[in-house]
Amino acid sequence: MSKKVLVLGEVREGVIRNVSYEAIGAAKQIADGGEIVGLLLGDNVANLTQNLIAFGADRVVTVEHPHLKSYTSDGYSQAILAVCEQEKPEAIVFGHTSLGKDLSPKVSSRLKSGLISDVTDIEGSGDSTLFIRPIYSGKAFEKVKINEGIVFITIRPNNIAPLARDDHRTGSVSSLSVDITNLRTIIKEVVRKTTEGVDLSEAKVVIAGGRGVKSSEGFKPLQDLANLLGGAVGASRGACDADYCDYSLQIGQTGKVVTPDLYIAAGISGAIQHLAGMSNSKIIVAINKDPEANIFKVADYGIVGDLFEVIPLMIEEITSLKVGS
Amino acid sequence: MNIYVLVKRTFDTEEKIVISGGNIQEDGAEFVINPYDEYAIEEAIQVRDAKGGKVTVVTISGEDAEKQLRTALAMGADEAVLINTEDDLDELDQSTAAFILAEYLKDKEADLILAGNVAIDGGTGQIGPRVADLLDINYVTTITDLEIDGTDVKIVRDIEGDSEIIETKLPLLVTAQQGLNEPRYPSLPGIMKAKKKPLEELELDDLEIDAGDLKLKVKTVEVYLPPQKNAGRILKGDIGDQVKELVQLLHSEAKVI
Repeated sequence: MSKKVLVLGEVREGVIRNVSYEAIGAAKQIADGGEIVGLLLGDNVANLTQNLIAFGADRVVTVEHPHLKSYTSDGYSQAILAVCEQEKPEAIVFGHTSLGKDLSPKVSSRLKSGLISDVTDIEGSGDSTLFIRPIYSGKAFEKVKINEGIVFITIRPNNIAPLARDDHRTGSVSSLSVDITNLRTIIKEVVRKTTEGVDLSEAKVVIAGGRGVKSSEGFKPLQDLANLLGGAVGASRGACDADYCDYSLQIGQTGKVVTPDLYIAAGISGAIQHLAGMSNSKIIVAINKDPEANIFKVADYGIVGDLFEVIPLMIEEITSLKVGS
Repeated sequence: MNIYVLVKRTFDTEEKIVISGGNIQEDGAEFVINPYDEYAIEEAIQVRDAKGGKVTVVTISGEDAEKQLRTALAMGADEAVLINTEDDLDELDQSTAAFILAEYLKDKEADLILAGNVAIDGGTGQIGPRVADLLDINYVTTITDLEIDGTDVKIVRDIEGDSEIIETKLPLLVTAQQGLNEPRYPSLPGIMKAKKKPLEELELDDLEIDAGDLKLKVKTVEVYLPPQKNAGRILKGDIGDQVKELVQLLHSEAKVI
């Protein structure tokens, strides 16, 4: 049976995040021909609606309120619950982002629904949809179904394909006025630490450093390579524990789990706890002085050598490739 | 301050996962306190030491979790509660687990509840926010700093690498992110003392919960291992040539740059 699906379009710094377009792709499959309703929340989002339609939403609902300018679980959940009351969706899809992780359990609790978090793949459609998600940080996977109530999932960035953008798609846009009250959290300030603006969990390319990077300055060539490839820098627990970088960069079972198209592990030995966080990346390159390093067992391509020699050469080579093309 | 910490017993991060008969094998595996919950326990102890009060660690599990609860007591928690569902329930999902915890907590008048932001096994990160919602208290997830002054709370929260500075009030539930603190190892006197600290075991009956009312909203139909990755190519030759070859392979064969 077809399902009406509500998709949250997550806006960050005035732009809809990619994962929201992937969420529309996921919604299409669950909907099995049903209607896809995009949702935008904020203080000024009316100019963004066409993006959701171009990526496959049939219709967009906006809720605008000064209290929705910054995300709070209280503000956003009030708006979404009001939209659910009006739209009565049979399925809901969010991105499994910082916002999605924080908000979805509360909305699910209010709707008395189940919630399948961090979905990386979808099998089947309509009532017989199965959702695939990593457990033990990707050491294993589980297939999960909704046993009772509405379908509610969050999807991991970079795993489910969005539809191709088509600016000829059309759809109606409506706004819902919701009284947002009683915010218990006040956001005083956001301190940007991610300098280059590419988010680690959404990055298509990740350059990660381990103990072999030796110091915080040692991350410089990795950052240069990341900048060149439009990627983000990550790290192993070893590098974080040694204080070479911030814990927010840590990839592994404790830390972030990433699945980029290209993962370059530089000076990382490949402890099981690190592999859990990156081994499902599409292409893995390992650079390590130790030919016995565990990381070579999961790498597609390996170079046995000093990262401080290899990375600058890579930058040179890729730069000339880009100039040539 | 009346402080509660929600903890979970999980596989050690260095354990490999083995599946047989469709289930993950637990025999012989090392178990630990979920690493993110250790930050929550440490923070709870620090808050209590600064403000006074009592830290109670709570878990839903089988008998085996007594070991992890004793570890939390040895770190410095005051009391532990094991909600043992072994005899009543085959499976839990996030909504039923959160319901049980909230039923336990609802008359405890907790000022502060802490939990890990995610468990490294199931990895949903749902329990904290769900429990807070059921108790109708505010929550803040993935925190890296916590300051309490009376009922005023100032928090730094990790949002995908950036930091959000937040003000809110008690009562509150927070979930711990790495970087919040450096969890202590239990000391030998701590381990000795932990043996005498109260560890209460409860069943659903004690919480006046009817197991028949706990309907699973989501159900796992299959568990499997990812396809084994074959070891790839180790490039040969002069480093300069290796890098040239690598960049070519990434460009033409893998098509990722």
